Amino acid sequence: MSATIPEVAVTLGVNGVDHQLRLDPRVTLLDALRDAVGLTGAKKGCDQGACGACTVLLDGKRVVSCLMLAAQGDGRQVTTIEGLSQGGDLHPLQEAFIRHDAFQCGYCTSGQILSAVSLLAEGRAGSDEEIREFMSGNLCRCGAYPNIVAAIREVAEAGGSR
Amino acid sequence: MSVFEYVRATDVGEAVAAVSTDPSASYLAGGTTQLDLMLKDGVVSPDRLVDITRLPLRGATRSDGAIRVGALTTMEELAADPTVIERLPLVREALLAGASVQLRNMATIGGNLLQRTRCRYFRDPTVAACNKRRRGSGCAAISGAARMHAILGASEHCIALHASDLCVTLVALDAVVHTQGTNGARSIPLTEFYRIPGDTPDVENVLEHGELITAVEVPLLPADARSGYLKVRDRSSYEFALTSAAVALILADGVIREARVGLGGVGTIPWRARGAEEVLRGAPAHLETFRAAAEAALEGAWTVPGTAFKVELGKRTLVRVLQTVAGVEP
Repeated sequence: MSATIPEVAVTLGVNGVDHQLRLDPRVTLLDALRDAVGLTGAKKGCDQGACGACTVLLDGKRVVSCLMLAAQGDGRQVTTIEGLSQGGDLHPLQEAFIRHDAFQCGYCTSGQILSAVSLLAEGRAGSDEEIREFMSGNLCRCGAYPNIVAAIREVAEAGGSR
Repeated sequence: MSVFEYVRATDVGEAVAAVSTDPSASYLAGGTTQLDLMLKDGVVSPDRLVDITRLPLRGATRSDGAIRVGALTTMEELAADPTVIERLPLVREALLAGASVQLRNMATIGGNLLQRTRCRYFRDPTVAACNKRRRGSGCAAISGAARMHAILGASEHCIALHASDLCVTLVALDAVVHTQGTNGARSIPLTEFYRIPGDTPDVENVLEHGELITAVEVPLLPADARSGYLKVRDRSSYEFALTSAAVALILADGVIREARVGLGGVGTIPWRARGAEEVLRGAPAHLETFRAAAEAALEGAWTVPGTAFKVELGKRTLVRVLQTVAGVEP
């Protein structure tokens, strides 16, 4: 650690609210969300881009926030699990995950749900096979996969997310 | 995690100057290799990171007989490109067979070419012997547990694999890399871009320090070409290849008029199998031809006990994709 490293000024749009941050350039988007913005929904799993627990939407597209510097997000819009509900109503995928018991420990869940939001927007939830293939970047150590697929399928068949 | 200065480049010339003038500077694009190696594994530690993600190098344009892909185009963007879907379906197959959607939304085409090996010994700085990290230090992989390693272009100096799926198709298609350096722009055929490790595995390609990939140009397949990419792996999605093969064929009356073959999961560099192409060209499209081509493709394989299986698997992978592409059922 060196005190001489200049901080980077970063404006991060998170769930529709702009946050003006001054950060060590080494801070990842994931750590900025959790530590600087105070939203702990995005989880640090492997911290190597392998597990998907830190998945967020960046300008509407899913990314793993652990493999991106917060500084790279300057001026961009991030959606986290905290930004999905509207006026106290859960997102249809959040409701479906509860209804289908699509999680056990819950650690991968916010990443799973954001990935699924993106999956529906991409039009890739046409079959169980397609859901499995395009959700493969989100690992679930509890093995809730069948219920995750069922939850996503139900929302897809009902016309997708709002 | 070592300290670095973060610089955001706004034009190509500025970016090239910022890295070229500083031996310890690196570019940062999608970050899916660079940040992994820097922040997590501590394998590389540039003093300065030049963020190029805002440079105007994104998007693909079609010209006469080719598609020019800006270096910052993401893997997902290229996979969805109408020209790629129509005229380079094997490129799309290879793109979608790699990584996850999240990573493909981040990772760029230029970065894909320059991705570092997944060799565990390279990625673990506590392992002393790695010629790729420190020239002359040895290779821990050849006497250790090695499975996801290379057998072509490999030697006792290094068996680290180039794990790209995309590049396997691009070398087969004679893609050209466009770069910008302090001495101007140049174009390099992808088949001449990578260096076989030899006794300098730390030198992976022909780029000068600070030379920036600006675009990759891919000739389109003729409309009558058939093609395919087959990837064999330990699980059916989100896994690196054990072996893979990219094939493009032009057939007429059961005879192979033109053939392109690339191999993945086996090479220290994305592998163009010219020997296999020679066997295929002018030969009847049947199983014996495909088997002979596979023999030629894996000729010269250098294995260690953990990678010996890849010789036979690589042959079978190529035979299978040739059968599929040629429409010759097993």
